Amino acid sequence: MATKPITGEQRAFMTGNEVVAWAALAAGADIMYGYPITPQNEIMHYWTRMAPKYERAFLQTEDEISAGFTTVGGVLAGKRAFTATAGPGNVLMQEAMAMAEMMRLPTVVVVTQRGGPSTATVIYSQQELNLTCFGGNGEGLRIVYSPASHDELFTYVIKAFNSAWKYRFPTFVLGDGYQSKMREPVTLFDPEERGINMEVCRPMVGLPGLPGEERDPAHLRNTYNLEDELYQVLTDSIREYEAMASEVAEWDAWSADEAEVLVIAHGVVSRAARAAVEALRQGGVQAGYFRSITLRPFPVDALRPLASRARHLLVVESAYGQLQRLVQASLYGLETPVSGYLRPGMGITPEEVARAVHSLI
Amino acid sequence: MAIAAQPQMPRVWRAESKPHKFCPGCGHGIVLKALGEAVDALGIQERTIFGCDIGCSLLSWDFFNLDTIQTHHGRTTPVLVGIKRARPELVVVSYMGDGGAYAIGAQHLVSSASRNDLVTIIVVNNTVYAMTGGQMAPTTLPGQKTETTPYGRDVELTGRPMLGPELVAAIAPPGAYVARGSVANVVQLKNYIQKGLENQIQGRGIAFIEALSSCPTNWRTNAAETWRFLEKEMSAYFPVGELRTPEEKPAARLREVPAHGPKP
Amino acid sequence: MALNLKIALAGEGGQGVQSVAEILTEAAYHAGYQPLYIPNFGVEQRGGVSVAFVQISEAPVSAPKFTTGDIVVALSHRAVERARQYVGPETLLVFDASLADDVRRVYGEGQKSLAVPALAIAKEGLHPRVFNVIILGVLVGVTGFLERRDVEQALERQFGHKFAQDPSLKELNYRALERGYLLGSERLEVGNRI
Ligand SMILES: Cc1ncc(C[n+]2csc(CCOP(=O)(O)OP(=O)(O)O)c2C)c(N)n1
Ligand code: SF4
Ligand SMILES: [Mg+2]
Repeated sequence: MATKPITGEQRAFMTGNEVVAWAALAAGADIMYGYPITPQNEIMHYWTRMAPKYERAFLQTEDEISAGFTTVGGVLAGKRAFTATAGPGNVLMQEAMAMAEMMRLPTVVVVTQRGGPSTATVIYSQQELNLTCFGGNGEGLRIVYSPASHDELFTYVIKAFNSAWKYRFPTFVLGDGYQSKMREPVTLFDPEERGINMEVCRPMVGLPGLPGEERDPAHLRNTYNLEDELYQVLTDSIREYEAMASEVAEWDAWSADEAEVLVIAHGVVSRAARAAVEALRQGGVQAGYFRSITLRPFPVDALRPLASRARHLLVVESAYGQLQRLVQASLYGLETPVSGYLRPGMGITPEEVARAVHSLI
Repeated sequence: MAIAAQPQMPRVWRAESKPHKFCPGCGHGIVLKALGEAVDALGIQERTIFGCDIGCSLLSWDFFNLDTIQTHHGRTTPVLVGIKRARPELVVVSYMGDGGAYAIGAQHLVSSASRNDLVTIIVVNNTVYAMTGGQMAPTTLPGQKTETTPYGRDVELTGRPMLGPELVAAIAPPGAYVARGSVANVVQLKNYIQKGLENQIQGRGIAFIEALSSCPTNWRTNAAETWRFLEKEMSAYFPVGELRTPEEKPAARLREVPAHGPKP
Repeated sequence: MALNLKIALAGEGGQGVQSVAEILTEAAYHAGYQPLYIPNFGVEQRGGVSVAFVQISEAPVSAPKFTTGDIVVALSHRAVERARQYVGPETLLVFDASLADDVRRVYGEGQKSLAVPALAIAKEGLHPRVFNVIILGVLVGVTGFLERRDVEQALERQFGHKFAQDPSLKELNYRALERGYLLGSERLEVGNRI
């Protein structure tokens, strides 16, 4: 057994892509499958440099359709497998993720959002929320974490493996190009030393024993003959998804109660939102801040009461209303007005958020 | 920018987008020059549609005075095949990298070759994924270091370099034109591309031309080493020449066959 | 108010603005600050102007990019224009002295600025390859929040392997840093302001 990649707590100053590679190593990921795409590339670059030292594997596939399906194969074989992609690659990966959703396969995908649609930019956006939460011909039975800092990238990549293997829903870490390419301080740690136990990964095929005699063969399918059969399978999955939702949903809030304007954001934009709200509070404006850390399941129960006691809601995102639609759907029936500061593919600064809040009051 | 000041510039080059956006020493510009000269020689500027892939080829989206479409990574051939089926009088050129052609777009290449689609495909083989910063490509040579093969390409784990023209030559029906040229011999390369365009115009079948090309940026090479790698190592692995011409007698198993089918 | 510095650096591909940003933020990180550095990147960056966004603060930085810098560094003709969008009335514009005409054309006479003859110093007294280290020194001098030792250690981490091969290189870099530092510290105003 190779030595642990990280012992104790290690402070470092590095890019987000490097953080993801370290997190996957620390989580005990066995294999990465991937296809080059900016801004995700360096996750693969760091992984291919470090993986052999810790007896981990890598396969560069011929495209993202293949990267998605080889990841599916990896988890079927009982390995903590993952892939990383962005933009048009995320589009292609949806076919495999639909299979993972139907068959309850614990795939882990790190998405580094870039501008869209089409090839657009290689830089940054929050435009892959819809795709990552609801891509594929299914119901969006997925877990999607949206980290906002390098410390969170590290923590949530580790957590993604555990949530995936515990609940058996495809799990995503939804980063973005800014987080991928920026350097900031981070603390790396060994999960075990922090009391985080990694879920055991059990194979779904290739089990010991002679199939048909010593054990039942694994007959795993995603096709059903009858509507009723499919309905039964989906109903079971949906029930399990809803049952785990309150356990998995995460959010963060600050001075959010009885806010004049409650600013709602996710991912890296929530940093600007939080900074703006702090500045506004100092200036005497009753602003509040709410951030969904999980986009699927969405923290409806946490947001609803805060939203109902706020005067205005302001959704701030680097997309044209993808988060806003999630917010509005979960608050259906409330009368608090919702507006958006929507900047598809553009970064957002605290000053802009503060101006948008002022324009509401 | 006066066109007269640059006497070797093909007529179809767009002066407003020059100097072009490729790195110094890049082979893309040379391949596009050969293509420009071939289009000039055939006088088909008015009816040529140029399609570029995502890869460094995308930088050629405004390179020519030709109607041009930038498509998706690996998808240029199907877009142009779609145009050709709808407007057979047009001449369509699909321009892409080795990653676009042999990895993500391989299914389109195989299918277009078997259908003998009337399209002229030009693939720039620079042994890497250049646009994304130098990862392994299907054409990376054994032992070659790239960003995803930091210890050198291990053929046991990742296979051997893809021989694109050989693949197309093996599966395309009679009438196909298949060749491999190099930026080290522009006259020959232009000749191959021109034959490839004629093949399409005459309605004989698919035309596929691979061009061995340089990427000093990702190879991290100086001029001398760039040429040595291209001329010595690449051409040794990827032999230059014509692999299929429409006149040649096709192998027996490729000959046109009568209609088959069970007769219930 | 606590330190909260925003610096944008713009230059041509080979001028090394990204290394300046990297070394400056490395040094700040090891000196206990919370830096954030992000380069610009895109499909045509090889031909375009390279921009580095640096923020150094005592608390974690909020947004990775910013609209207006406290200091903006422009090192080429094109960079002088490209950097315009990050320059506000309070911004200190640092530029290579050879670009004075461009700066006047784009910014007029009123811009708070510091012309640094870095190209000339590098060419005449030192070596063209340490041009960017002079600029690094200027930034350290002008901001005044780092010890020179912190920066030397960051240089060592970045170029240690090269210094080991060629000790004269280390001396050259240190001298470039020193020259820049002296030019910058005469204008320690940004550091004073915050
Ligand atoms: C679906 C999808 N996956 C990945 C990418 C990222 N990508 C852009 S260019 C490229 C590779 C380019 O390599 P190649 O085709 O060899 O062209 P070159 O740049 O070498 O000329 C990749 C993987 C993308 N744009 N779309
Ligand atoms: S990266 Fe390589 S292929 Fe791309 S433009 Fe530069 S030299 Fe050409
Ligand atoms: Mg290539």
